[in-house]
Amino acid sequence: MAYVAVKGGERAIDAAHAWLAAARRGDGAIVELQTAQIREQLGRAVDRVMAEGSLYDPELAALAIKQSQGDLIEAGFLLRAFRTTLPRLAATLPLDTATMRLTRRISAIFKDLPGGQVLGPTYDYTHRLLDFALLENAPVAPAPQAEAIAGPTPRVADILGHEGLLEADARSEDEPFDLTRAPLAFPAGRDARLQGLARGDEGFLLGLGYSTQRGYGNNHPFVGELRAGEVDVEIVPAELGFAVCIGTVTLTECQMVNQFAGSKTEPAQFTRGYGLAFGHADRRAMAMALVDRALRAEELGEARTAPAQDPQFVLSTCDNVEATGFVEHLKLPHYVDFQSELETIRRLRATAERTQAASLPEAAP
Amino acid sequence: MKGYNFAYLDEQTKRMLRRTLLKAVAIPGHQIPFGAREMPLPYGWGTGGIQVTAAVLGRADTLKVIDQGADDTTNAVSIRRFFARTAGVATTTRTASATIIQTRHRIPETTLTEAQIIVYQVPQPEPLYQLEPSRTETRRMHALADYGAMHVRLYEQVARYGQIAISYDYPVMVNGRHLMAPSPIPAFDNPKMHRMRALQLFGAGREKRIYAVPPYTAVVSLDFEDHPFRASRAAHVCALCGDRASYLDEVVTDDRGGRMFICSDTDHCASRRESAP
Repeated sequence: MAYVAVKGGERAIDAAHAWLAAARRGDGAIVELQTAQIREQLGRAVDRVMAEGSLYDPELAALAIKQSQGDLIEAGFLLRAFRTTLPRLAATLPLDTATMRLTRRISAIFKDLPGGQVLGPTYDYTHRLLDFALLENAPVAPAPQAEAIAGPTPRVADILGHEGLLEADARSEDEPFDLTRAPLAFPAGRDARLQGLARGDEGFLLGLGYSTQRGYGNNHPFVGELRAGEVDVEIVPAELGFAVCIGTVTLTECQMVNQFAGSKTEPAQFTRGYGLAFGHADRRAMAMALVDRALRAEELGEARTAPAQDPQFVLSTCDNVEATGFVEHLKLPHYVDFQSELETIRRLRATAERTQAASLPEAAP
Repeated sequence: MKGYNFAYLDEQTKRMLRRTLLKAVAIPGHQIPFGAREMPLPYGWGTGGIQVTAAVLGRADTLKVIDQGADDTTNAVSIRRFFARTAGVATTTRTASATIIQTRHRIPETTLTEAQIIVYQVPQPEPLYQLEPSRTETRRMHALADYGAMHVRLYEQVARYGQIAISYDYPVMVNGRHLMAPSPIPAFDNPKMHRMRALQLFGAGREKRIYAVPPYTAVVSLDFEDHPFRASRAAHVCALCGDRASYLDEVVTDDRGGRMFICSDTDHCASRRESAP
């Protein structure tokens, strides 16, 4: 019977998975990709997958990228689904990014500052010309080494903060919200918002951040500081009672400094937007900082007029694992609902035709 | 499955889910937020239903999974396999043999019993979302039972089309108190929810909400005295089993308008054919 073909099948699923595995491997005459190659040579992809997968593990992120044929949203999803099964052994102390071992540190608001400006391994000033030498796998000349930065490299936010020109970071001893364990509710606190943004889709954050620059909730941003490097992760085991370092993570942090006119009760000062991302991720950290600041509109008494200023819109939409699932679920069968719509539209049309037919004689002369 | 707990989720997560379910049963039709976990299946593909099923599933249970009324649709196959793999429970396609039925978009034609639980996959638990996008506001509307806007919506359809034109996910009042989205089942299935003997559980993973209808609870489709609710189906007979009352799928047989109608509930249809003389 014809309809049997459109229905299911365990065999169809098995065959699809086998085909997928073969397609993933590609031409067997070409050397199979090693996850170590992905980790070492596709680092920016690994960073993005760790951020959106909310799990810091370059090895597993590389595996996810390999398994998903480089579909980074799929890779992030794989990592999240693994993460959810992991036990929670301890909570770390808050990371101190002031002690970051910097590979990059730039400020757009000061010409120079203690510790200096460090470009680091950036694409910023590359000319975007395809480098055909990479086709040949030519050896790479070693990069020149500079002396390590001597002396402290305080965060620019702290420099401005000393003068009271920049709002102080709100301090709280409360247990922070945990987006991975508790459902998001609105209004959402800044801790919840930052967590949502930290693992939000980079493209979506970029678009929203850009929208604020195009007049939809402008907040007059300056890059106070963008820094990247390694930070120690510490925990205090209950049986020891003092902090021990359990490893390091590479992070990119963006402190955006924004205009603020002040109010009757508060003198004029700059406000902040904050961005933090795993790995080297300028774009992600900056976009996050723009959106974080936009989401503070209500708190700062600004008119909420733009999408980027609406916490529910931003946070309920920015998660690409949720978004891709729901957009793509449209390819699941919906024929029962469609059937009910067919019946309704046929009924409506029949009613309309009857009404029209009944009114025709009156229209005749 | 090696390396994973029974039915995938760890016991603490299941306990959280069960507490949520108890709250949901205590306030029929009221949406309870819960800390939905990432599942190894995509959001929108039944993660809410899967988490609810994982929380209520025991080793002695027999599971049936349907999508569009059919056991052999790909996503139903995928979810059934997931539990066969992670929990090792018995599965069935027979509605009467199942103790737990997870469903997307249909309620089986066979009347369910007190010994059964039906778990609905819910894409959008908020029945008011098309009228009011803000969840802060819809929460207030539910708290005050302020459902006038939904009646106005129905009235507008009556004014415009001469009838209520909602075909699926037709809003219902539960226990005379909470407006509830029945999930995208056809309106045809709504009356089956009313005073159903089985426990009805609803899971929305992406939206992180669980709600429930306890057995024998009143579930009434919204309507007006002069425009009563009507459960409609295609006015045809099943081409396979001859049923005149079941919900039908329309199957296109050629590109010249050829159609055949068959039962959407594959188990119902097969059982009727088997028992036919």
